[in-house]
Amino acid sequence: MLESYIPIFMMLALGVAFAVAMGKINEIVGPKRPSEEKLSTYESGMEPVRTARERFSVKFYMVAMLFIIFDIEVVFLYPWAVSFRSLGIQGFVTMLIFLSILLIGYYYVWRKGALEWD
Amino acid sequence: MDLLEPIIKIAVVLGALLTASAIVVLFDRKFSAYIQNRYGPNRVGPGGWMQSIADVVKLVMKEDIVPKAANRFVHDLAPMISITVALTTFAVIPFGDTIPLFGKEYNLIIADVNVGILYILAMTGMGVYGLTLAGWSSNNKYSLFGGLRSSAQLISYELSMGLSLIGVIMIAGTLQIDDIVRSQTGYWFGWIPQWNVISQPIGFITFFVASFAETNRLPFDLPEAEPELVGGYHTEYSGMKFGLFFLSEYANMIVSSALITALFLGGWHLPFAETWGLDPLVLALLKIGAFMFKMFIIISFYVVIRWTLPRFRYDQLMNLGWKVMLPVSIANVLATGVVMLWLTR
Repeated sequence: MLESYIPIFMMLALGVAFAVAMGKINEIVGPKRPSEEKLSTYESGMEPVRTARERFSVKFYMVAMLFIIFDIEVVFLYPWAVSFRSLGIQGFVTMLIFLSILLIGYYYVWRKGALEWD
Repeated sequence: MDLLEPIIKIAVVLGALLTASAIVVLFDRKFSAYIQNRYGPNRVGPGGWMQSIADVVKLVMKEDIVPKAANRFVHDLAPMISITVALTTFAVIPFGDTIPLFGKEYNLIIADVNVGILYILAMTGMGVYGLTLAGWSSNNKYSLFGGLRSSAQLISYELSMGLSLIGVIMIAGTLQIDDIVRSQTGYWFGWIPQWNVISQPIGFITFFVASFAETNRLPFDLPEAEPELVGGYHTEYSGMKFGLFFLSEYANMIVSSALITALFLGGWHLPFAETWGLDPLVLALLKIGAFMFKMFIIISFYVVIRWTLPRFRYDQLMNLGWKVMLPVSIANVLATGVVMLWLTR
């Protein structure tokens, strides 16, 4: 069973080799004429102000957390979907209960305004 | 296990994928040009057909600029992640029926793993890292915002992407993509092909929309929205490292069109081709042709959409992902379950 993954690893190795080779060729062939201005951070021609290592909107963290919650739900759905036919009505009702618990959470998140961007 | 067979397949697929990416880049530019009533690239080679090759040569010859403030290692790593992920995802997608060659049947799939769909989702999840790390490592505000936006966008739409596949898996009862394609080769009433696009129309639409978001195509190209973010996550990239991002974007487009074809449009299935009484080899080649034709239709659709719809605002994008696509795809799962139980009662 596991040996069906061997080609994937071979392809992965070839993909990495392609990426590294392209980078290396670029490094060898391309010119190297660094200057102070060229190596400074691009800010539409202005003098760069401070670094980009600063705080950013908490919304992005919120999205990441919500993603983890709902993605785990999706992961639970996969094995259920594969064996859906053999589980029959009982399996469907079980999943219905699971989904409704999650949908309550989803409704709560929505009402709390966590899905709003402004 | 014979290693020669996968090596040949991988070489052919990688070569085809890279060539196809170059062709799709050109096709995108030409088609866009005709939509906008201009000529597009027409100087390099007859009708401009060599433009992509010229572009690659040019990018390789360019200086690779890494800004002083950037994190050098991660800056180098990010485009490699992007291109590797884009090229390797194709490994589990079957691009043809078994083909008889030299008295042996060959499967036209690189790795027929039993969790093909999970592999695809894992790989698209890995793709997020490329963009996010590129945005962060450049230490540029435009890049950072581009990277943040793209990671938020990709993970939001990955949910509906994963959920819209559940219906397909329920019908096929397997995660193996080859088996999913085979489950679509029958006919309803003897003449309607059992493609998932007919039994799963809502899943098809949500997956299609999510695939636009996953490939950063317009109307979902906020990570690199030119008027506001310059180039987004690849603002600070130049030379072939930029080229790798560019290439991976188009390779991703090809992979998603192949995925849509395999999961919803019957893959290599050519309706009624079995009844034409053709030579098995010709039939197998015709099926590969059918697969490529379906992919071509979807890629053309990508380009047409690009020049039809304006870019979303970010709040509209998140609203669509979380408040429309997510509930719709969950409802689709439940509806599929009810219908399947009703049909098998």
